[in-house]
Amino acid sequence: MEFDKQMADMPYQFPDASGHFGPHGGVFVAETLMPALAELREAYAACQADPTFMAEFEYELKHYVGRPSPIYHAKRWSETLGGAQIYLKREDLNHTGAHKVNNCIGQALLARRMGKQRVIAETGAGQHGVATATIAARYGMECVVYMGSEDVKRQAANVYRMKLLGATVVPVESGSKTLKDALNEAMRDWVTNVADTFYIIGTVAGPHPYPLLVRDFQTVIGKECLVQMPEMAGRQPDYVIACVGGGSNAIGIFHPYIGAEGVRLVGVEAAGDGLETGRHAAPLTTDAPVGVLHGNRTYLMQDEDGQIIETHSISAGLDYPGVGPEHAWLKDSKRAEYVAATDAEALQAFHDLCRYEGIIPALESSHALAYAAKLAPTLPRDQILLVNLSGRGDKDMHTVAERSGIQF
Amino acid sequence: MSRIQTVFQRLQADGRKALIPFVTAGFPEPALTLPLMRALVDGGADVIELGVPFSDPMADGPTIQRASERALEQGMSLRKVLDTVRAFRAGNAETPVVLMGYANPIEAMGVGNFVAAASEAGVDGVLVVDYPPEECTGFTRAAKAAGLDPIFLLAPTSTEQRFADVAAAGSGYIYYVSLKGVTGSGRLDIDEVARRIPQIRAAVGLPVGVGFGIRDAESARRIGAVADAVVIGSRIIEEIEQAPAGEAVARVHAFMRSIRAALDAIEPATGVKS
Repeated sequence: MEFDKQMADMPYQFPDASGHFGPHGGVFVAETLMPALAELREAYAACQADPTFMAEFEYELKHYVGRPSPIYHAKRWSETLGGAQIYLKREDLNHTGAHKVNNCIGQALLARRMGKQRVIAETGAGQHGVATATIAARYGMECVVYMGSEDVKRQAANVYRMKLLGATVVPVESGSKTLKDALNEAMRDWVTNVADTFYIIGTVAGPHPYPLLVRDFQTVIGKECLVQMPEMAGRQPDYVIACVGGGSNAIGIFHPYIGAEGVRLVGVEAAGDGLETGRHAAPLTTDAPVGVLHGNRTYLMQDEDGQIIETHSISAGLDYPGVGPEHAWLKDSKRAEYVAATDAEALQAFHDLCRYEGIIPALESSHALAYAAKLAPTLPRDQILLVNLSGRGDKDMHTVAERSGIQF
Repeated sequence: MSRIQTVFQRLQADGRKALIPFVTAGFPEPALTLPLMRALVDGGADVIELGVPFSDPMADGPTIQRASERALEQGMSLRKVLDTVRAFRAGNAETPVVLMGYANPIEAMGVGNFVAAASEAGVDGVLVVDYPPEECTGFTRAAKAAGLDPIFLLAPTSTEQRFADVAAAGSGYIYYVSLKGVTGSGRLDIDEVARRIPQIRAAVGLPVGVGFGIRDAESARRIGAVADAVVIGSRIIEEIEQAPAGEAVARVHAFMRSIRAALDAIEPATGVKS
């Protein structure tokens, strides 16, 4: 209740009415999409004001996803690290194995209210694609998922999963053939089929109102933590740590804590081969220039001519040159801090969590774990780190095995 | 009076329609952009739209995506596009050049630097696909102050409120996207275009060019009968792609001639009346 009061008193009111988070965010799309985005804003505002919409959303989260997800005290791992106590928010236990499904349900319900029978999505690692295909099956909607052809090769199991669920997976051959190109192609589909199609964006990026509505559907993560942490640990955490690609799991757990003084928010980007090599996906940590891509203004990895450059991460879900505009604002306003973990550090944390806790984390989430493992030994034992374990690692078996020289 | 205004006034006085071809700068190779621009003028272009290649061209179909990728692979950049315009301008003082592209390369250069450099190079108008009027008031002001026309899109989905927003921000002409989709799609609905053009022209008070989906002399003629200008892009890029080595410039010239002839065959009576 104390935190509820702080939330009510706090001055944090972003985005503004036109979708800006300070200088970031906005609506940078071709004219054809402007009316569709206005329609979406209106429909979402109507749903927010409608208690039956929120009740339906909460029902699905409870009975279909299995929420609330538990918080788990990783005692053995904390003991081994020899410092602060690490708690894990278990989004990996959700139906479909990651936090992505929270947002998909919200947007699919919105699509249904708007009378759109066809949903499209972009996906990198395949988690958002699987979640969208799942919800489309659940609600009987047609589903098309765009996926970079490089990712189709790297994530064959998820491609098959989506097909099992009845979705059409379209490999994207343009550009770097990864997540950003899948997003471009999904936007092109939306422009072409805007009358009957709903674009389910998977992260807190894209044109307004997407960063707002994806955040709202993901804040269930942090809201549960506000209640669960006092029950588990007797108090709120000192640090909340989450990985950041586009940044939806991080916003989901950060946002309810923004007004909570004394709780440090740390986003962990992908340092890939190392920040000094240039082969990474860490626009915030490296202070990349601010620019415009995929409908919003934010920090962007680009060359001097303003062309978007290829990123690198062992985790396909973090392999993105931009970042959600609210993270750009949280960086500027210094409410959150951003750091980066390399492929090697993430892999170490991946193996440690497997061996010490019997939990196989997603490679994305392993970046957040890697930073927690670095931070914990520097802090006293009574400090508390809450890490968002945003997804499970079953999908990453192939990647990890390959790194260890193992062939299936 | 700007070069763009001069061209449209002259055409209106003559009862003719503007032909606005588009080519991607740097495609098929940077050295051919200037000869292609000259061939467009010889073939009957009234305004040239020069595409500034971008790594993530979200509003473009496969044809212009490929052209952008080829141009970038060969080192094309916004600065080099401006160099090309400067070279074109040295031999042509009349034909307006409009840059068409995406916001990020302009923001990377800096809006102030860009409008100064573009104006100095002899650019006349700028169409930034992902700059709707409400997100680029600073850019619009800077462009107008530097003598550049900010050109905006309207689409079949645009409401009357959007017409008003674009009218307040834009100058030069309006680019009406004739279909829902990306560049080069084939879903042109000419009756729909014919219904919308008079509404737009009345609301914005600027000449209206129509593009996206015009592929041949027949569709150009039918669009030209209702619009002030016909914009052709992907179809020209395809001519260049399909031309045998060394023949791209000649192929584009011949194609332009066929479109010009179709537009000039339109009876003046069906033309611009405002």
